[in-house]
Amino acid sequence: MATMIETGAPDRQIFSAGAAAPIELISLTHDYGSRLALDHLSFTVQPAEIFGLLGPNGSGKTTLFRILSTLMVPSGGTARIQGFDAAREPNKVRQQIGVVFQERSLDLKLTVAENLRHQGHLYGLSGSLLKTRIQDSLNRVALADRAGDLVETLSGGMQRRVELAKCLIHSPGLLLLDEPSTGLDPGARRDLWQYLRLLRDEEGVTVLVTTHMMEEAEHCDRLAILSEGKLVALGSPFDLKSQIGGDVVLFETASEETAAQLAGKISDRFLVTAKALGKTVRLEREQGHRFVTEVVEAFPGVVEGVSVSKPSLEDVFIRRTGHRFWTEKTTGEN
Amino acid sequence: MATLTATTAAPRVNRVPQPGIWLPAYTLWRREIVRFYRQKARVVGVIASPLLFWLVLGSGFANSFHSSGSSSDKYLGYFFPGAVAMIVLFTAIFSMMSLIQDRNEGFLLSVLAAPVSRSSIVLGKVMGGATLAAIQGIVFLVFTPLVGVHPSLASIGISVAVILMISFELTALGFTIAWPMDSPQAFHAIVNLILLPLWMLSGSLFPASGASGWMRLVMLLNPLTYGVDALRNALFPAQATSFPLAINLAVTAGFCLLTFIASWAIVNRRSNRPAA
Repeated sequence: MATMIETGAPDRQIFSAGAAAPIELISLTHDYGSRLALDHLSFTVQPAEIFGLLGPNGSGKTTLFRILSTLMVPSGGTARIQGFDAAREPNKVRQQIGVVFQERSLDLKLTVAENLRHQGHLYGLSGSLLKTRIQDSLNRVALADRAGDLVETLSGGMQRRVELAKCLIHSPGLLLLDEPSTGLDPGARRDLWQYLRLLRDEEGVTVLVTTHMMEEAEHCDRLAILSEGKLVALGSPFDLKSQIGGDVVLFETASEETAAQLAGKISDRFLVTAKALGKTVRLEREQGHRFVTEVVEAFPGVVEGVSVSKPSLEDVFIRRTGHRFWTEKTTGEN
Repeated sequence: MATLTATTAAPRVNRVPQPGIWLPAYTLWRREIVRFYRQKARVVGVIASPLLFWLVLGSGFANSFHSSGSSSDKYLGYFFPGAVAMIVLFTAIFSMMSLIQDRNEGFLLSVLAAPVSRSSIVLGKVMGGATLAAIQGIVFLVFTPLVGVHPSLASIGISVAVILMISFELTALGFTIAWPMDSPQAFHAIVNLILLPLWMLSGSLFPASGASGWMRLVMLLNPLTYGVDALRNALFPAQATSFPLAINLAVTAGFCLLTFIASWAIVNRRSNRPAA
């Protein structure tokens, strides 16, 4: 079944007539033999937005990334990039995108400039044009002074910046980044996001980022949350969180049975939907702090711990899937 | 809000021309060469080890299996083309091992995600490996005086051409084998299973004429036999060889084409399994 949840800000839908969206998925499906990795995904990424693909391992985001970067042909449905079909017109798509993979794609034995020159050649750039592009992209990531250094002498954060410079050498309008902040320290991570915003604002570049980190997803303009190959939520982090009424209240209990019983009792008595997640009972309620006392008094001795918080993206995930982000069963390859 | 600018921005469609075949192939080729000379151990190892092999193996065999006194030098002479083939084979295997490394790191991914014709990838990578292999094979020709051969310009020319072809065919074969693999260990297993026997049964160690029955047949079917024999033609024109030079060259050239087509085909396979 196609899961279409259009909660994204509708005013962002307007873009010049006739122009294709940076990414458009139409019922995109992929299976590895018997296992369905992508289940009829449909959504559209708007121009010049930072779009996040959030999901735990095994949710299908790596599969989707491979299809978008033309490294794999989907088994059903269509993925269009700037109007080109990723399965049928791979080379046209490849010209439009700059891809940063999770793995390091730089050659350690080459210098920074040599790596960029290599990349430029792959995109048909040469001569003085390529020289200017290399200079520009190194300036952008503030590594112009390291151009002659072997990549193996650079720190992890710097290497990631070279990766970015590398994927921008042909000035693509769409960047695909797979878990870009893996292995980066907080400072380098902040720099990366600042830079992505700069690209979006100043050059109208559309950015698609996959991530399994909630904090990182918060930085995106819009998010698609994936679970087991299905789209479970789509919208800005703010909109998604504000769909959850009031506060999120968690009650810790001693065992899973107690939790299940308590969830039932709370649901009956207070007319809310309380769910047991392992040893925890979770519910959403306005004025959560007041509600806590009522519950603890009504069921003495059962509750061992309480937490009340503003909804997070994890709460969005739990609400849409009925299970926790990390306890989701990981089904093999991702 | 930053998104306000976004609403007005039209999607940017990139109008980069489709790159030709040669520039990407050139850059991939160049990378192989640069990588090679930046790893000094590789340079030393690949030149020194075949020399050692040739002397130790050649002298050992010669003394064990031939009783007459002067035959040691004769066997070293016989073994010489085989040693060249071995150098070339080692280097070809070595450089195609890097293909698996490229795949395991992200390097190959970024090449595959570029609008590069798949033929460029094969050409660049195979020509890179073949160049390295050929250079070392050709350098080894310096040792010909040690086996009492002082080749004419013509025979050097033919030898170089043959070495180039052997380098190309072995590298392309290595490429075809290494492409679908993701572990160096698996590649090693195949090397031991296919590539080393390919060399052993190519007339490098012993002539096909002396082999019996089925082994003789295998040696005749082995394309490398003709390459090694062609080298023998070139270096020892006076010596009788299994086949005339023309046949040897034709078979070797044919095998070059065949291995190139095979590697091209395997790279062009697009599937709905992970490409890398």
